[in-house]
Amino acid sequence: MSASFVLIPGRTSKQGSGISEGKFRESYQSETNTLLVSPHDMQELGLANGDRVRMTSPQGYVEVAVTAAKADELPPGLLFIAYGDLSSRLMGADTHGSGMPTSKCLDVKLEKIMPVENDP
Amino acid sequence: MPAEKPLTARSVKPAKPAPESLKIVKDAVCTFCGCVCDDIELHVDGLKIVEAKRACVLGTSWFLNHEIEDRAACYIEGRPATVDEGIQRAAAILLQAKYPLIYGMSDTTVESQRVVVAIGDWIGANVDTTTSVCHGPSGMAFQGVGEVTASLGEIRNRGDLIIFWGANPAESHPRHFTRYSLMPKGMFVPNGRKDRTCVLIDVRKTKSARTADIFLQIKPRCDFEALWTLRALAKGITLDPRQVEEDTGQPLSVWQDLMDRMKAARFGVFFFGMGLTMTRGKHSNTEALLALTRDMNKYTRFVVRANRGHGNVSGADNVVTWRTGYPFGVNLGRGYPRFNPGEYTASDVLARGEADAALIVASDPMANFSEPAREHLKRIPYIAMDPKETPTTRQATVAFTVAACGINVAGTVYRMDDVPIPLRPAFESPHPSDYTILKGIERRIREQQAATAASNARRPSLRPA
Repeated sequence: MSASFVLIPGRTSKQGSGISEGKFRESYQSETNTLLVSPHDMQELGLANGDRVRMTSPQGYVEVAVTAAKADELPPGLLFIAYGDLSSRLMGADTHGSGMPTSKCLDVKLEKIMPVENDP
Repeated sequence: MPAEKPLTARSVKPAKPAPESLKIVKDAVCTFCGCVCDDIELHVDGLKIVEAKRACVLGTSWFLNHEIEDRAACYIEGRPATVDEGIQRAAAILLQAKYPLIYGMSDTTVESQRVVVAIGDWIGANVDTTTSVCHGPSGMAFQGVGEVTASLGEIRNRGDLIIFWGANPAESHPRHFTRYSLMPKGMFVPNGRKDRTCVLIDVRKTKSARTADIFLQIKPRCDFEALWTLRALAKGITLDPRQVEEDTGQPLSVWQDLMDRMKAARFGVFFFGMGLTMTRGKHSNTEALLALTRDMNKYTRFVVRANRGHGNVSGADNVVTWRTGYPFGVNLGRGYPRFNPGEYTASDVLARGEADAALIVASDPMANFSEPAREHLKRIPYIAMDPKETPTTRQATVAFTVAACGINVAGTVYRMDDVPIPLRPAFESPHPSDYTILKGIERRIREQQAATAASNARRPSLRPA
């Protein structure tokens, strides 16, 4: 089952520091590959920190680990991810005559990826 | 003669002995973000910066992680090559292209940016900067509405109501508050933070909210509606409270309170970020904010300024404007500049599959552009130059590893308020600067063009005598 959300990609201190450390290093990769979800939505979707979800926009989809946002950082229905490769993959190419693809407030659907059970 | 300063416990304390090899660079300049802090003290041990006093978390990472990259200065199709071979191949790629794209420039000096635009002029390229996917919509709005603005110095000395809209300086410009906008004691705000009111307007409660006196959380994609609500209130127009709350996520009374504060301010300031430019409405959102700022000057002094991200993205706007008359998204294909965002902006040119070669300077479109734009960039030959390995340099036909501007290379960068700042580098890099590479490419292009022109002149004319 999937649910609809609005995704906000944005800058974070760790993402910014990670650029200088190197974009292929662990720090940048982990920061830009983690989705923040409000505690309310984590509960609604039955998610725990570290669970993986599939996030789909009209442009495509990415798979990403989730972490609960702090207290009132995000209202229900809003998601946050640090700018990077994954967030850019969800942007459409159309810039509506501005040169700027819509890069914030993206409509996405979220679906929990069920862990594959090992054979006994 | 001034009286001799009395000795205090602090002044007689013996200084910690510095290692012999340690070099101190005072007033070094951080070029990571648009704040361009020029009060950093660097301690340099050989080819490594070991301390960056006064730098923020982003600046510290910027300085301390810049060691000499253990990479070749040039790669052609993934294989190490000499810089001269790289320059020759780069020039050949650009000369053979029918629709070359030049993009980036926000993390290099204005001296290099000038050469980039010159190359674009010689080959009739489409020239665009990272501004187009940052504050490009703001650039469009400046042209449509104008910009009532001030330098960061003026804001520091006068601003008593500071409103951040769609911006999160606590994470993107960590010293913004302390150096420019909130904490400093200024000429007309002698008590610093106590004399200023800070308002944050955003769709989520960012880390900057801790600093604000008032935080207004608005509905996503409703910045335009919120801004027009304020424009209406500025003019005393009666609004439907139910409609306002439904449209903006905040009651009319909250907006009225904000407008009262804005009119009562002696020097109001809007700082805005990409929360306005990257979301639905884009340049319309920014136009609304610029128009509101203009409106407010009927009642008091109000200014607006964009929080610019990259260290010299403002320089890129300035240089491209000096050279072409337009700030970004400029096509020189007909021998004269044409400006049209959406048509000549890099993301569009690539996503439509138009460019057949590219020169990428100090930027990383392979990590930041939409998938269709990236897919096209992968298919065409392109040249990239960056101090570090990035997704863009990894896929480049010709990739140059260059010295870092501000750390290894001198020059000039523009702060976010268009104030030029000279760089004070810490140590020399064995890698060439992008200026050296770009001048080499430009020289090679001119030689080839001169040779072609001479060859054409020697051909017998088909015209009747």
